[in-house]
Amino acid sequence: MKRLTAFALTLMLMAASLAARAELTIEITQGVDNPTPIAVVPFAWQGAGSSPTDIASVVDGDLNRSGQFAPVGRADMLGLPSTEAEIFYRDWRAINTEYLVIGRVSVAGEMRIEYELFDVLRQTRVHGGVVTGPVNEARMLAHQVSDAVYEKLTGIPGAFATRMLYVSVTRVPGGNDYYRLTLADSDGARPIVLLESREPVLAPSWSPDGRQIAYVSFESSRPAIYRQELATGRREQLTSFKGLNGSPAWSPDGNTMAMVLSKDGSPDIYLMNLASKRLTRITNHYAIDTEPTWMPDGKSLLFTSDRGGRPQIYRYDLRSGNTERVTFEGTYNARARVAQDGRNMVLVHQRDGSFHIALLDLVTNRLHVLTSTQLDESPSIAPNGSMVLYATKYAEQGILAAVSVDGGVKFRLPAREGDVREPAWSPYMRR
Amino acid sequence: MKQLPVAGKLITVLFTAAFLVACSGSDTKEEDEAAAAAASAAAARQAQEAAAAEAAAKQKALDDAAAAVGSVFYFDFDSYNLRPDAIDALNAHIAALQGNERTVRLEGHTDERGTREYNMALGERRANAVRDFMVANGIASYRIETVSYGEERPVAYGSGESNWVQNRRVELK
Repeated sequence: MKRLTAFALTLMLMAASLAARAELTIEITQGVDNPTPIAVVPFAWQGAGSSPTDIASVVDGDLNRSGQFAPVGRADMLGLPSTEAEIFYRDWRAINTEYLVIGRVSVAGEMRIEYELFDVLRQTRVHGGVVTGPVNEARMLAHQVSDAVYEKLTGIPGAFATRMLYVSVTRVPGGNDYYRLTLADSDGARPIVLLESREPVLAPSWSPDGRQIAYVSFESSRPAIYRQELATGRREQLTSFKGLNGSPAWSPDGNTMAMVLSKDGSPDIYLMNLASKRLTRITNHYAIDTEPTWMPDGKSLLFTSDRGGRPQIYRYDLRSGNTERVTFEGTYNARARVAQDGRNMVLVHQRDGSFHIALLDLVTNRLHVLTSTQLDESPSIAPNGSMVLYATKYAEQGILAAVSVDGGVKFRLPAREGDVREPAWSPYMRR
Repeated sequence: MKQLPVAGKLITVLFTAAFLVACSGSDTKEEDEAAAAAASAAAARQAQEAAAAEAAAKQKALDDAAAAVGSVFYFDFDSYNLRPDAIDALNAHIAALQGNERTVRLEGHTDERGTREYNMALGERRANAVRDFMVANGIASYRIETVSYGEERPVAYGSGESNWVQNRRVELK
């Protein structure tokens, strides 16, 4: 265990220098028809020198990325108020701004951000608040401001102050490729490489409290499931059985991990009690059973199986032990993920030979195809249920992309180099 | 060769001396028999060496034949059935593995279409299909290790059937 820790640490240090190259950028490709114009005025810095982080620009970027807002450019702003008294509403009406965000930033040990939201047409203060935290978490604090503004204006909690995991691969012609597991903010900023290997790394997933991750690594020349603590880098090998060791998925209470093992013959779904490491086999079928995921209430699991001839989604009820088929439209439905509401399920759906991300409403049983590219996979839904991150191919490069659950907003997160895949959107981070 | 300790050396010398004393009284008949035994032993050794050389040559021929057919076996889309060309190639490898205890590793792969974990399972089915064929043809299962890489290790990186067809494979190593 000690040796493993040292190993993981070495990898992390080695990887730190590579972080900059792994950074993703954002290109919005589709927004809603009439996005709400909003001005995020540069926040006043109440300290010596200049502000270490441009808080307003992070908030501006978040709101823009949501596709529901059209931020006003700074060059168009006729004034830069930082207090209510400094606001001249006619200046903002003149450039058709509907909402205004202003704020003040100070540092006394911790960073303190005060922000206020105004309705320009009604000329009223809608909301205000304060976020505090370590200076080196300034971007995360800014995302918290975005979350509050977003919630006030849409009624839906924001999910900007979250993070994501993804796997990137750098091809080495004639040799083994480089695989990297990266942790980044939800906007792709501040990437940290958690693991670098010449052997495949895949299936990253989050513990429900956002403090631990699990993944599959082939570093021993065979697949093995690991879990790793983000704060310390300490990690533990959970399985390394003969055959498949894949698809680790934490239960909502954090005590159990669902996974795929083929040690007893064909790939089946198992549950591991994370305290005792005891395994319980919950499917027993000669077909492929894989890609388990939990329903938010923890009472049942969804998984992919080709027991009916083609891959489809099935649901296993933990109490009754019954299995029922969930998807019926099309000949390939796989790798489901369910929103926190327990209603919206996203999955990979094949239509006319192409693989798309689709949303199945588990109440109405209606399937909506959300994407139009050809090789879309690995959908991961935001903790607020609004957006779906997924992997696709664009110009022969593997990239991440996102689409809103109503299909109206789309953006891409191209990387400067390598193929990026398998995004895993974090849960809300406990503070 | 490990060196004998001094006491051991001494014992060896004493035994040799005792043997020489015991043999000194032997007649010519015994000498003839000893010579004949030595000659037949030499002949047997020669025959053994010749057989070994022949076996080595035969093994080399089998290895060459196996190398000639290649060690990559291809599959149709979403299928794990062995194709006729794969069976011919596999038979050459099976022949080269008879009569020795060499071990092999079978790595199953898929193309990029479909989900990663499902492809991981499909790659395993392909590796298992090759393993099962080898076991059915006399190769002990403990000599065969299988591992699936799914779509993680493509040979051809681009999209389209011309690339995909190269990636749907089992590699024997």
